[in-house]
Amino acid sequence: MTMFSSRNWREYPQRYRMEAVKFKKSGLTFFPPRDIDPTNGDVECEKVNLPDIGKILTFTVVRIAPAQWGDVGPYGIAIVELADGTRLMGQMTDVDVNEIKIGMEVRVEFRRVQQEGHHGVLSYGYKFVPKWW
Amino acid sequence: MAGIVGYGAHLPRHRIKVEEIAKVWGADAPSYKKGLMLREKSVPPPDMDTITLSVEAARRALVRAQNVNAVDIGAIYIGSESHPYAVKPSGTTVAEALGATPDIHCADFEFACKAGSEAMYVAMSHIDAGQMDFALAIAADTSQGAPSDALEFSAAAGAGAFIMGRENLIADCLYTHSYMTDMPDFWRREHEFYPQHAGRFTGEEAYFAHTKGATQAILKKSNMKPEDFTYAVFHQPNGKFPQRVALEQGFTQEQIDPGWLSPTLGNTYSGASPIGLTATLDVAKPGDMILMCSYGSGAGSDAFIWKVTDRIDEVRDLTIKTRKLLEENLTYIEYGTYAKFRRKIIKNA
Amino acid sequence: MRTVCVVGVGMSKWGEVWKRSFRQLFVDAARNAIEESGVDHIDSLYVGCMSGGLFAGQEHVGAIMADYLGMPGIPAMRVESACASGGMSFRAALLDVGSGMSDIVMAAGVEKMTDIDGDEATAALATAADQEYEVFHGATFPGLYAMMAQAHMAKHGTTRQMLTAVSVKNHHNGSMNPVAQYPFKLKPETVENSVMVADPLRILDCSPITDGAAAVIVCTEEIAKKLGRPYLKVLGSGLATDTIQLAQRDDMTTIKSATLASERALKMAGKKISDIQCVEVHDCFTIAELMVLESVGLFEPGKAGMATVAGETALDGRIPVNPSGGLKSKGHPVGATGIAQIIEIYKQLTGQAENGRQITSSPTIGMTQNMGGSGASSVVHILEVAS
Repeated sequence: MTMFSSRNWREYPQRYRMEAVKFKKSGLTFFPPRDIDPTNGDVECEKVNLPDIGKILTFTVVRIAPAQWGDVGPYGIAIVELADGTRLMGQMTDVDVNEIKIGMEVRVEFRRVQQEGHHGVLSYGYKFVPKWW
Repeated sequence: MAGIVGYGAHLPRHRIKVEEIAKVWGADAPSYKKGLMLREKSVPPPDMDTITLSVEAARRALVRAQNVNAVDIGAIYIGSESHPYAVKPSGTTVAEALGATPDIHCADFEFACKAGSEAMYVAMSHIDAGQMDFALAIAADTSQGAPSDALEFSAAAGAGAFIMGRENLIADCLYTHSYMTDMPDFWRREHEFYPQHAGRFTGEEAYFAHTKGATQAILKKSNMKPEDFTYAVFHQPNGKFPQRVALEQGFTQEQIDPGWLSPTLGNTYSGASPIGLTATLDVAKPGDMILMCSYGSGAGSDAFIWKVTDRIDEVRDLTIKTRKLLEENLTYIEYGTYAKFRRKIIKNA
Repeated sequence: MRTVCVVGVGMSKWGEVWKRSFRQLFVDAARNAIEESGVDHIDSLYVGCMSGGLFAGQEHVGAIMADYLGMPGIPAMRVESACASGGMSFRAALLDVGSGMSDIVMAAGVEKMTDIDGDEATAALATAADQEYEVFHGATFPGLYAMMAQAHMAKHGTTRQMLTAVSVKNHHNGSMNPVAQYPFKLKPETVENSVMVADPLRILDCSPITDGAAAVIVCTEEIAKKLGRPYLKVLGSGLATDTIQLAQRDDMTTIKSATLASERALKMAGKKISDIQCVEVHDCFTIAELMVLESVGLFEPGKAGMATVAGETALDGRIPVNPSGGLKSKGHPVGATGIAQIIEIYKQLTGQAENGRQITSSPTIGMTQNMGGSGASSVVHILEVAS
């Protein structure tokens, strides 16, 4: 995937700080943020930051990886439900991929997610690590 | 005077044992273990670098700072010799991740292994000058050591972060003293992967001369003696140097123990004495006096005298402690994985 | 809307077709469809294509295909909805004829996927997922369906054996399909020992990368009758969407877009799901076939796996599923797949399925379900043979 710096930069609030939106009328939180509440068309919302603890709803271990992660070896990807009920997908790290399980508690950590070859920008963001403390 | 309002650390979970490295190069593991007092070292996985270590350590510092909002931080300084970009600051990424932008001052510091303590020194200067209420100093490295070089047995990764302020302190900085000369003991030229060092010349005239120079000066300045301190933390390029410099100046093993991490952590370069300070604060009690002395090749030492306040009891357990990061949840890797993690495998493709 | 019919079908060679280009594949399928239908012209052309740009470096697909079909000047349009582009192309043609705008329309689909390497093809396919919140984090298509499979297994007790049964059944059917990319039977142990792609999905749970095109001629019933060839009537069409991200779905074990699309198609057709006698569904991965069968109501949630093991979806089963061999065996040139599904239903309902894969119960009503991405879009068609 081509990762132009502008495209990555635009997502910093989500990737770096997990900024979500909470709509006024429904009280629902959406990540990534949306401009329109799909439940009622509301556009009035406020920024909220998501909690950094959650549990795995489902996962897989990608064993045949895209070129970007070709050298990393098998890696886990999970859909995590955070403590406030918000769900998001992210890569697992600091884990034996064979030990990932549905229901596993995870903690969000700031990691390097991608890099644009040897010369391009480094892309940082959230990943999940098993909650051990 | 300025001091620490919040502190935090982060370490990778991966470790490699000295024997594993020695095996590859036919080196004598027992001599490294005995001579340099190194058993194993931390290794950053490919998705961890100075920026990511800094963000995690800083987030923990913010937790311990309690009522400090990221937007109230007036400056972020990151000291490291492994900033991920040659040109593009680490500090702005960390500031963005913390939510501390845009009204903030940022700079990346480089001074071999002393960059972290200079970030602490400068951050406190802003507080003392009344320029801002809070400043964040981070000491982080994913250190480089050339394959088969002696440095490969020690070069490790980790970060310590300190939010400096003037009120609600955890540790008050009573004195500082810096001691510098032009010393060609260790360097890395532009575009080189790994640092070079001057072998045994890095010892007496370099590490020991400067750490002792700074320590003796700050003791004189403060009119204190080694026995007046509960703890002491010295720069730790290996296990042996910090122990020797402590004992030779009249400090005891008990004083350095809590912050003496290098035997199992390795040399975290800019992170070394600052991370040692976080581990020391983790066990310190109100009223304890701590001496900290960094060393960076090229060369210089920054010495600090910290007085721990009552607030330590309130914040110590708010997030993970450094010893826990050092001793628990570890994964031992073999040299092949280490070489891959540290991008030491050349693909001619 | 007036009655719309399918009168002639055509396919190119499917597989790794090194000797034919993007445009040539289309022309091969289009010529076959025109010839088989007996029409002397078409009023307009729809071409389903997921990513001419990424796969072949060629956009402006409608124009180039009309040009090389020898019909420059006709209205031609490319239709895209990821892997559901073919089904969407058919729906566009249906609306065109149904509305009275055109009388004879070609609905086609094409994808040339082997002119880029596997990594690039994986990346091109992944553009059907959320680039910033799924693909950025390393999600691949097998990965997304694998996550659905894990959730389905956890919720319903779906097993490896059930996934295997889908692959074995589809390869059995495909072994009798002359256009199939992989026309051979598979033993269960071969599937179960194949390389793991994304746990629990193995390579033989996954549809392949395929070059190919397919085309059908859609027209009014009046014209269809005049042509004097067997034809189908389109009874219903349903289209639905869902969240692009898997993480945002309330239930990751069902495909809501398939449920909605099939409900809409059945309602338009005035039929119940139990009236459907054979189906072609989007088995991009084995788990997808099971989830779709449950989502469209052919089986209760969690029951499609055991039914597949029991042979209920085989050619001679209660409801034959993917008699063509499905995406798994026949191949999956993404833009062409939805059209090829219509073609298989055409063959089955008109009694023209080759090599012994004809469903012996002589079905008269069939259904196709084609989906995009991890199910963010689904298009369903219900067709009946004209007596």
